[in-house]
Formats: sequence, structure tokens, C-alpha cells
Amino acid sequence: MKRFSLNGKLKRELIRILVALTLFFAVFLPDKLLEGGLGGVSGGPAGWVFPFLLYLAVYLLIGYDVLWRAARNILHGQVFDENFLMCVATLGAFALAVFRGVTGQPIEGFDEACAVLLFYQVGEWFQRYATGRSRRSIAGLMDIRPDHANLVRGEGDAVRVDPAEVKVGDVILINPGEKVPLDGVVISGASALDTKALTGESLPREVQAGGEVISGCVNLTAQLYVRVTREFYDSTVSKILELVENASGQKSKAENFITKFAKYYTPVVCSVALLLAVIPGAVTADWSTWVYRALSFLVVSCPCALVISIPLSFFAGIGAASRYGILIKGANYLERFNKADLFVFDKTGTLTKGNFAVVNVSPAGNAEEVLRLAAIAERDSSHPIARSVVARWGKPTAGGYALRNVAGAGVVAEKEGDVILCGNAKLMQEHGIAYTEEKGVGTVVYVARNGNFVGSILIADEVKPEAAEVVGALNGMGAKTVMLTGDNRAIAASVAAKLGLTGYKASLLPQNKVEEVERLLAEKEKGEILCFVGDGINDAPVLMRADIGIAMGGVGSDAAIEASDVVLMKDDLRGIPLAKRIARKTMAVVRENIVFSIAVKAAILLLSAVGIANMWLAVFGDVGVAVLAILNAMRVNSKYESGTRAKEKAEA
Amino acid sequence: MKKVYRLEDLDCANCAAKMERAVGKLDGVTSVSVSFMGQRMTIEADDARFESIMDEVVRVCRRVEPDCRILR
Repeated sequence: MKRFSLNGKLKRELIRILVALTLFFAVFLPDKLLEGGLGGVSGGPAGWVFPFLLYLAVYLLIGYDVLWRAARNILHGQVFDENFLMCVATLGAFALAVFRGVTGQPIEGFDEACAVLLFYQVGEWFQRYATGRSRRSIAGLMDIRPDHANLVRGEGDAVRVDPAEVKVGDVILINPGEKVPLDGVVISGASALDTKALTGESLPREVQAGGEVISGCVNLTAQLYVRVTREFYDSTVSKILELVENASGQKSKAENFITKFAKYYTPVVCSVALLLAVIPGAVTADWSTWVYRALSFLVVSCPCALVISIPLSFFAGIGAASRYGILIKGANYLERFNKADLFVFDKTGTLTKGNFAVVNVSPAGNAEEVLRLAAIAERDSSHPIARSVVARWGKPTAGGYALRNVAGAGVVAEKEGDVILCGNAKLMQEHGIAYTEEKGVGTVVYVARNGNFVGSILIADEVKPEAAEVVGALNGMGAKTVMLTGDNRAIAASVAAKLGLTGYKASLLPQNKVEEVERLLAEKEKGEILCFVGDGINDAPVLMRADIGIAMGGVGSDAAIEASDVVLMKDDLRGIPLAKRIARKTMAVVRENIVFSIAVKAAILLLSAVGIANMWLAVFGDVGVAVLAILNAMRVNSKYESGTRAKEKAEA
Repeated sequence: MKKVYRLEDLDCANCAAKMERAVGKLDGVTSVSVSFMGQRMTIEADDARFESIMDEVVRVCRRVEPDCRILR
């Protein structure tokens, strides 16, 4: 990652703070170390004037902008502005010190007034630095915006153009090291693509002629000629950037709480400060003590520290998730995801790969023979079941057989008196073949040759390798897991048992899925959050209807990106427990920050009111708390690799 | 109509909240969200008067937080 460098404004600010800090200590140390302080330099009743002027100079250097903003904002009618509060507190402290000087009391208080503003500025600077850094880190993660495309014109010479100028059907050239600017199909060349920025997947993806490429990937090894299939505004990269850039627009409850809290907090604390100055002051006639305590209140009443740490935590959480190829569309979804306790999965394409594969071969004699014969019979069929058999055989098949389809039963292949029967139980019965029944769940293909049973092949939709682990992890987090499928009860039950799902609904028609989710939504208890996980194909209505819609393998599927709240860019279910862990950590940090900031502020208010805390502590209550809360928020953006993934990496 | 504007120099989280409140009160504004982290304002307002509403939004924001600029 690029090193974060300070921009001009931050750098100037930092220099100003450092100069002011040096000057402050140049005044502060002699003041404290010299006997009688700087007040003793000129001596006499006007002794306070000399240190006052020195501190005032430092004060103006560090605080002129705060003073200016305070004055300007009052003219705009912004009374409880934090600039204003800091000015009142510090100028008040100066006034108190001058008052003490004039009335001949020991000289003190100038250093404090000056230091409060100085540390306030240090805190403000740090806040700006931290938020800037966290914004940049996410912008860096999503560093996928292509800056040009090489448009191929006529005789193969490429011209650099803006990706937005390229039309559908144009051919572009992508050199090694360049980003894929637009979605398209490779027409010539073969290369490896780095999809890390998009999916978090570190393994490069191989592409060759005919393969799809997705914008935002980086071409690694060789030149590719690509026919563009989507214009830039419609390309994956644009969709994702739009999503990430708008992610922070959706506010969480915690954010709304804290801004609402701040809205009342500041006026209340200021009112209390006023009462604190006036009432006990009038009663005891010890004005300077009570005014001082009231001024400490004003320092603590600044709300910004409180307000900043919450969106920062959520932002860090969204950023952490995006690093793993999990796009979360807003802080509110991250907040909700933490509480998600009912996960509804679509079966095909989500829990399973959505392709049929041979899961078992039960030979009467030789297993090779079963597959070889089946492949001969199924070689010309485009049916997914047939394709899976041929794929499993994977070798050339003997030709010359006359293939005859028996509708609803299977295929009969004949060559020179050699007869292969390949089909379901009905086909075997029709030909009077004694077959051994396959009891496994799925589609069964029986194979017979010349009247003798050879064996059977069991074909089923393959369950994703990580599915059981993920379901187990979610169950372990106390969530319920339910599968929706159009398959019959037997298949559904077997998959559910294999994966450890807590429930399933079988024999659903596609349109029934919405009804089923509606029913689950109605049944769930208040406060429960329902997540629907789908592959984004045909289930957009369900994704929208669920409390949180999670779309798998979102790359390239617009409908999924639009309709869902969380997009797993990589077709890997492990993103779900990972996202839940990130959500959990984020919410823990958010809660810590809310409780911690409010508790510290309340404690300091209390201590100031009874005179134990001074203004130094009060300024800690403002900027110190902010800094600690920000550092805590940064914790969210740490590593979340699950044990197995870390192990995979170590092995790789 | 819903539009997203970038905000420049939005330096304080509380100001963002204040801007959001102030803009939300404007006549013709259906919904508004100011994202401090995203430095963005998402605003939904009456189509017919959108431009004049935006002028008002800019004015209000300048009053609340003069340092912050709305990039239109």
C-alpha cells in the first residue's frame, strides 16, 4: 500500500502546532522554574502583565483561526459551536487570571488557558489526520478505477482513449500490468488476471479466448484482445465504485443516536455551566472558583470528539470487509448484520455449485467400464446429466454407435450387435434387466450391455466444499440456518443433514420463495434479523424483501448488486461468517466508544463540579477521549482471516 | 430526484450532523444524508425546484459550516 503522506494543509497545521508547542514550553518552563515565576521579572502590582503578554502571544498564534471561526459563526447564529465554546472557556480562563493579577492574588492560570487551546488544536489535528488516513486507505483498497483503454482501430494499432468513450462491440487491447477498463470477452490471447482488488482472492484467474473478463482486474502476464460487452458506466468497476462511494450514506442507529445525543448534550452542559457559575458563585461570593469550574464544563461540552468516533468505526468496518471482497452497502447493514440470526439460503448455486456432477459409481464389476459405456451413449446429448457423465469419463469415447433416444427413459446405443442401455430404472425394466437399485439421493443412471447389468451412476448437484464449515460456523454463532429449494424432500433432507442446517423447505417453485421468506419474516420474533443468501440470479425480489439480502459472486451480476445489501464478490460462502465477525467487532468497538466517551465526560464533569478536576483534565476529556476513541476505531480494520484460510495461505 | 454531491473540507463530524439537520428542515427537501466519512451529501428533493432548492442548501450550509464547500 502507498505510504500515507500529509497533504499541504495538514502539514502547515502540524508545523504551526509544533512551533506553538515549543514557544509554549519556552514560556512555561521559566515561568514554573524561576522563583516567583515570570510574574517576578518586573515585579510589583503589574507583575502579571509580562507573563500575560507572553502567553497571549502563544495563544493567538495557536488559536487565531478558532477565534476567527467563533466570531464568524456567532454572526451566523451558531451559538453552541465548538470553536465558540473553546474561546469562551480559554478567554474566560485568561480573564480569571487577569482578575487575580489585578486583585493582587498569586499569578496563575495563564498557562492553563493557553495549554487548553493548544491541546485542543493537537486533538483536532489528530482527528483530521486519522479520518483522512482511513478515507485514503479505503480509496486505496478500491484502487480499481481504470484511467485509460487501448482502443484497437482498423489494422490493429491501438489508441489510448478514455474508457467512457469505448462502445459495446469495440475491441480493446490490454497490456500486461494494465487494469481491465471495461467488461468484455477475450477474442485472442491468454493471460492470468489478478482479481484481488475486486474479490480479495489472491489466486490469479486464468483467461483465454472466449472467456469473460471483468473490469477492475489487473492483467498479469500477456496481451489480451477483448471485445467490449458493456459500456463504462455499466461496467462492473463503475457499479462497484458507486456502491463503495455511497456506502457511508446509510446511517446506522448508533450514528443517529450519537448525533442526537450531541444535539442535546452541548446545550445542557452549557446551561449547567452557567448555573454552576451563577448560583454557587452568588451564594459563596467566591466567584473565581465557580467561574473556573464552569469554564472547565465548557471545555468538556464540545461534542465533536464524541460524534467522530462512531462513523469512523463503521467506516473502518466497511473498509475491512471490502478488503475481503465483501461489499456492505451501509453502516446500518453492518449494524444489522451483527444481530443477524436467521440465515435463509437458496440451495442451487448458493449452497451447491449449481452444476451436476457424478457423485458415485456403483459397478456390478468394473467402475471404469460403467463410465466408459455411459459416455458412449451420452456423448451427443446436451442434457446436464449427460454432460456430467461425459465430463467424469474425460477421455475420448468410441464412435460409430447409432444412438436412439427413448423419451423419459434414456438412450440406447447400438453398433454391430453391441447394445448399450443407459437410462433410468424404467429403461432397465422395459428391457427386463435385473439391476441393483441405487439408494443414494440424486439422479440415477443405470447402464446395461447386451442384457447384462453393468452398474449405476449417481449424479447430484455438488455441494460447495466450504458449505458445511460455514453452516457450522453460523450455527455456532447461535444463528438458525434454513435452506430453500425446488428439489424434492428426499434430496433436500439429505443435503440439509449433510450440511447441518437447522431447517429446510423443499419442493418450492421459484415464485414460492418470496412467499416463504415473507412467511419466515412474519414468523420471526421482533428483533430477529433475517438474512437471505442467494446467487443473485432470479432472486432479486427475495433479496430485497429480506432484512439483509446477501448476493454471492456479485461480480458481473447487476441485478444482484442493485437488489442486495451485502455483496460477496467472491463466490465463497466463508464471506458470511467473516462478515459477521467484522460486524461483531465493529459493533463492540462502537459500543465501547459510546460508553467510554460518555462515561469519561460524565466523570470529568462531576469532578470539575466539585473542584477535583482542573482544566487540564477537562481538555483530556475532550481531545484525549477523541484520540483514544479514534485509536480504538482503528482496531476494527485489523486482520480477520479465519483459521482455515490462513492455513491455506501458508500452504500456498 | 436524488443526487449525491461531494463535500470539500468537511472537517468536523458534528458540523456534518448540523448541516444534515439544517438542510432537512428546508422546504422541498424529502430526505438528506450527510456522510462525514464519505464527504458526501445525498439529497432527495422536489424535481421541479431542484436547482433553487440546491441554492438554498448551499446557503444554509455556508451558514452552518463556512469552511465546507458543496461541489455542484
